[in-house]
Amino acid sequence: MSTSHPLPAARAERVPLERAAPSGARVVRKRPFDWALLIRATAAWLVTLLLVFPIIFLVMTAFKTELQAIHVPTLWFFTPTLENFHEVQERSNYLHYAYNSIITSVGSTLLGLAIAAPAAYSMAFFRTRRTRDILMWMLSTKMMPAVGALVPVYVLAQKSALLDTTLGLIIVFTLSNLPIMVWMLYSHFKDIPPEILEAARMDGAGVWGEFRYVLVPLGMGGLASTGLLCLVLSWNEAFWSLNLSAANAGTLAALIASYSSPEGLFWAKLSAASLLAIAPIVVFGWFSQKQLVQGLTFGAVK
Amino acid sequence: MAYLQLQGVEKSFGAVRTIQGIDLAIEKGEFVVFVGPSGCGKSTLLRLIAGLETIDVGTLILDGRDITELPSSRRDLAMVFQSYALYPHMTVADNMSFALRLAKADPKTIADKVERAAQILNLKPYLHRTPRELSGGQRQRVAIGRAIVRSPKVFLFDEPLSNLDAALRGQTRIEIARLHRDLGATTIYVTHDQVEAMTLADRVVVLRDGRIEQVGTPLQLYDRPANQFVAQFIGTPQMNVIAAAQVPRLKSAIGDGVPEGGYLGLRPESVSLKPAGQGEVQGRVELVEALGAETLIYVSTDGGAQLVARQNTRTPLRMGDAVGLSVDAANAHVFDAQGRVFDGGRAAVAG
Repeated sequence: MSTSHPLPAARAERVPLERAAPSGARVVRKRPFDWALLIRATAAWLVTLLLVFPIIFLVMTAFKTELQAIHVPTLWFFTPTLENFHEVQERSNYLHYAYNSIITSVGSTLLGLAIAAPAAYSMAFFRTRRTRDILMWMLSTKMMPAVGALVPVYVLAQKSALLDTTLGLIIVFTLSNLPIMVWMLYSHFKDIPPEILEAARMDGAGVWGEFRYVLVPLGMGGLASTGLLCLVLSWNEAFWSLNLSAANAGTLAALIASYSSPEGLFWAKLSAASLLAIAPIVVFGWFSQKQLVQGLTFGAVK
Repeated sequence: MAYLQLQGVEKSFGAVRTIQGIDLAIEKGEFVVFVGPSGCGKSTLLRLIAGLETIDVGTLILDGRDITELPSSRRDLAMVFQSYALYPHMTVADNMSFALRLAKADPKTIADKVERAAQILNLKPYLHRTPRELSGGQRQRVAIGRAIVRSPKVFLFDEPLSNLDAALRGQTRIEIARLHRDLGATTIYVTHDQVEAMTLADRVVVLRDGRIEQVGTPLQLYDRPANQFVAQFIGTPQMNVIAAAQVPRLKSAIGDGVPEGGYLGLRPESVSLKPAGQGEVQGRVELVEALGAETLIYVSTDGGAQLVARQNTRTPLRMGDAVGLSVDAANAHVFDAQGRVFDGGRAAVAG
């Protein structure tokens, strides 16, 4: 029987080895206790707990009944139930909202890349005296509170029949992400030696050839991390989707909001809906975190 | 008409006039070297020819066609960059065949041409590697291979050897010379290294501050420099240039041909050492550089001038020793106060 399970056997062999090595001729010089490390580690754990606590609480509440959810003091031990998820799906068609979220975030990411990549290309490789100013100006638009533009954007969307359409949301998401996308791509493209593009030009590549065969393969890391970030930002976008969409084009953000309605607060269902809304992007973020972090450092540490 | 013709070419960056009116004719098959100190505009001039910068004023004619406004991709020129600029995401073979693939050449032809170039450049074992797996010298050869695969109208080299170490530089220089002899391709080569210029060029173009100082074969430049700048730029160690007034005996040895406020130019090999008291000039040894095959002796004259003498024999002289200097007056160069060669005198004798 043991031959059919090589893994435990191997482990059994290794354990005594590991034990044997330190107990041998090891001379241990006692190091002074590192207080600084202890303090740092404790602080780090505290901050992490602080950040993660709401999420943990949300996950717990999603599996409680409504009664357990409002119980004071908080119940830490209970029998989990999937009832909330059933009800959310039945009452408000989760898949419809999820579909809208996917369409709008993927759509705005693709549209954004299609606009930002050429813009970043020209700024990185054909610099003028004004390039820096234009970049700063683009970023400065992000400093304005979005609500400041709400009325004009709302009226524009209404007049052009884009209110409560996924296309309308795609356009607005794209516009609000563009400054960041151009900046990120610009800083990535700037790391590509311009001579390589010039070499392609000398080799007979036109603008499109240069883009397609040299810039895109070399800038793939930047394009990917920019795309990922934009995907996350669009998925999480709530302000515009709440204000510009309703039943038809509503995204998951709108789904969550619908559970804090005048009918009363249903904490458990609200939590279940929230969990359903954030789960895909959390899983997605988990798998792409390396790319995301790389992208967010804006090419500064290379 | 010449194969490649530059007519009144000018280029400014902001308020800086980098290229200030260049007229130059290059014949088919010629190896032309642009040389000059850094900032003289030689690389910019090459980039103007390549189309990587736009020409402000002037015309560029290649093989009878005006290409001034043509984008780089349609000029049919190949360029080897200082940084090699290989495509890091492609193999050596793909790097070399990129231009032909873009031009939708027949795959069989592409394979043959890459094969041939790899053969010439000893790159056959590396065809499937990427540039990062190659040494500097190998990358350099791939960059050259990428150019020759295309059989372009003109090869442009932008300081291709400056990233290589001294030994490899010498070796690659010889390879480039051999390549040019075998292919007979029209080549423009930019360098700040006058040894490369002298050894590779059919003709050298000396540039300073965006203007041509002189065009000529390497030995024409060495033997008959048009001015003090060219005289001192070509040749190592530099030509000795001293104010004629500082060395009156030398001035009289050369004759009446020295203008007021003029300068005398003497190649180090035209200055020979004599025992103290003999020769036209007296001085003391400042420094002896024994290079083995030759010895350079730096002397400061009693008049306060500095002179270098070059000889093929070794010397027992030490720092501080008194010496006399004798000058080969027939090979002296005479410059007027503005540094232009003074042709009313004996400078012409050099030719």
